[in-house]
Amino acid sequence: MIAIQIKKTLDSPAGPMVLDLDLELKKNQIIAFYGASGTGKTSALRILAGLLQPDKGSIQVEGQVWFQSNPKVFSLRPQERNIGFVFQDYALFPNMTVLENLEFAASQGKNVNLDHLLELTELGDLAHKKPKTLSGGQQQRVARARALAQRPKILLLDEPLSALDESIRRKLQFCVLEAHKEYQLTTILVSHNKEEIIKLSDWAIQLKEGKVVQQGAPINLFSSKKIPEKFKVSGEILDFTQKDNVVEVQLLVQDHVFKMEIEQKKADSLRVGDQIVLASNDFRPKLYKK
Amino acid sequence: MIWDTLLLTLQLALVTTFFLLLVSIPLASWLAQSKSKVKPIVETLVSMPLVLPPTVIGFYFLVAFSPGNAFGNWLNEWFGIKLVFSFPGLVLASILYSLPFMVHPIQSGLAAVSPSLKEAAYLMGKSKRETLVKVLLPNIRPALLTGMVLSFAHTIGEFGVVLMIGGNIPGVTKVASIAIYDEVEALNYQAANQYAAVLFVATFCILFLVYLINGRYFKTFWK
Repeated sequence: MIAIQIKKTLDSPAGPMVLDLDLELKKNQIIAFYGASGTGKTSALRILAGLLQPDKGSIQVEGQVWFQSNPKVFSLRPQERNIGFVFQDYALFPNMTVLENLEFAASQGKNVNLDHLLELTELGDLAHKKPKTLSGGQQQRVARARALAQRPKILLLDEPLSALDESIRRKLQFCVLEAHKEYQLTTILVSHNKEEIIKLSDWAIQLKEGKVVQQGAPINLFSSKKIPEKFKVSGEILDFTQKDNVVEVQLLVQDHVFKMEIEQKKADSLRVGDQIVLASNDFRPKLYKK
Repeated sequence: MIWDTLLLTLQLALVTTFFLLLVSIPLASWLAQSKSKVKPIVETLVSMPLVLPPTVIGFYFLVAFSPGNAFGNWLNEWFGIKLVFSFPGLVLASILYSLPFMVHPIQSGLAAVSPSLKEAAYLMGKSKRETLVKVLLPNIRPALLTGMVLSFAHTIGEFGVVLMIGGNIPGVTKVASIAIYDEVEALNYQAANQYAAVLFVATFCILFLVYLINGRYFKTFWK
């Protein structure tokens, strides 16, 4: 278990902000931090990794003290925390090939099967290429493989899939789950994509201005309790077309675009780009394989 | 005679560049990441040779290390080290004089490397030293090359400092720039021209090579 009780004053665009965390995170779970930009999500990861020192508080991991400010300030060096960290910019070493990046991370006397890791992350063909020559998705895979090569107990992912397009993102989400199970990790990720959080995480924590505003199983956090209908999907309004007495609205749900008619009065309260929920009790869908 | 002097100049430039590299890497690395209050003082001291007349450095060096003074005398008596009018003295003064030319490019190079590279290496359990040698320095090769070549070329071109400390002892401290001055004073323009032409061509070639390499004209070399 990871017990974090810390306070840290951060500089945010709106002025100084206190990151105030009091959390107990369970072992072998995937935990997601979410919230608007500048709420301290990345700082929370950096504090856990030892790259940023809290002003006060304590961090204990499996009973071992990683940080404490009382009675004397003690901070375990990042080198001794055995944390795998996938940075937002991936932080691949440009002077090394893919394989050398992995070897550098693994060279600590640990018996790591790099061939298996390359296979798991589908990087076998790219082993001798330099990171600069790879696409964004490939670089993300190298960064994750490199983090796993050091056999960490905790894997931290800072917006791991935000820069990638939808199809690659889906595939990599599956890979994150697979590696999490195989390497028996405690994975903590930062994301602002609700779909990703629901798919991946066991526990989600929402931060607002440095404070935890709610936490729980994502399915409970994101289900709209105010809408009574049983069947709900979220989407976005793309366009409106005026038709006699009604308005035809074009919607994007997942990656499907379709049209539906709504009353003029309802349309007046909506704008293009609004996030909406489609709800129905009359749920009789047909199922197609993609 | 001309070749002895040029060889001595080359020797001084090479030895100075080598020791400068050893000194400047830790110093530039500290300057690139330090938030210490003494950092502006150190930065000022490192940059001073850029604006200070070389004779000022030479003068204080001469005063400090002259066997006629306490410190110079102590060095001479206890360690047998005589820095004034000697080759080691020239090297030491050249290191001080060319320090900004090596430190500045390395410092800028290190500051431009994404901090996440260093952090990633630390999280892999790597020490600061291993991170510097295996991750940071290989990624600032153009900055290292620039620093080495500028220091080398600047040492070849120095005049005031070497004249003050080294004097004009053939085969020991008489470098090319001093030889040119010497020959002109003796109205021996042909010999002066030989030295000057060699320095002119050599300096052009060195700097041209740096611009070629750092301008990525030799792509395969840096790949």
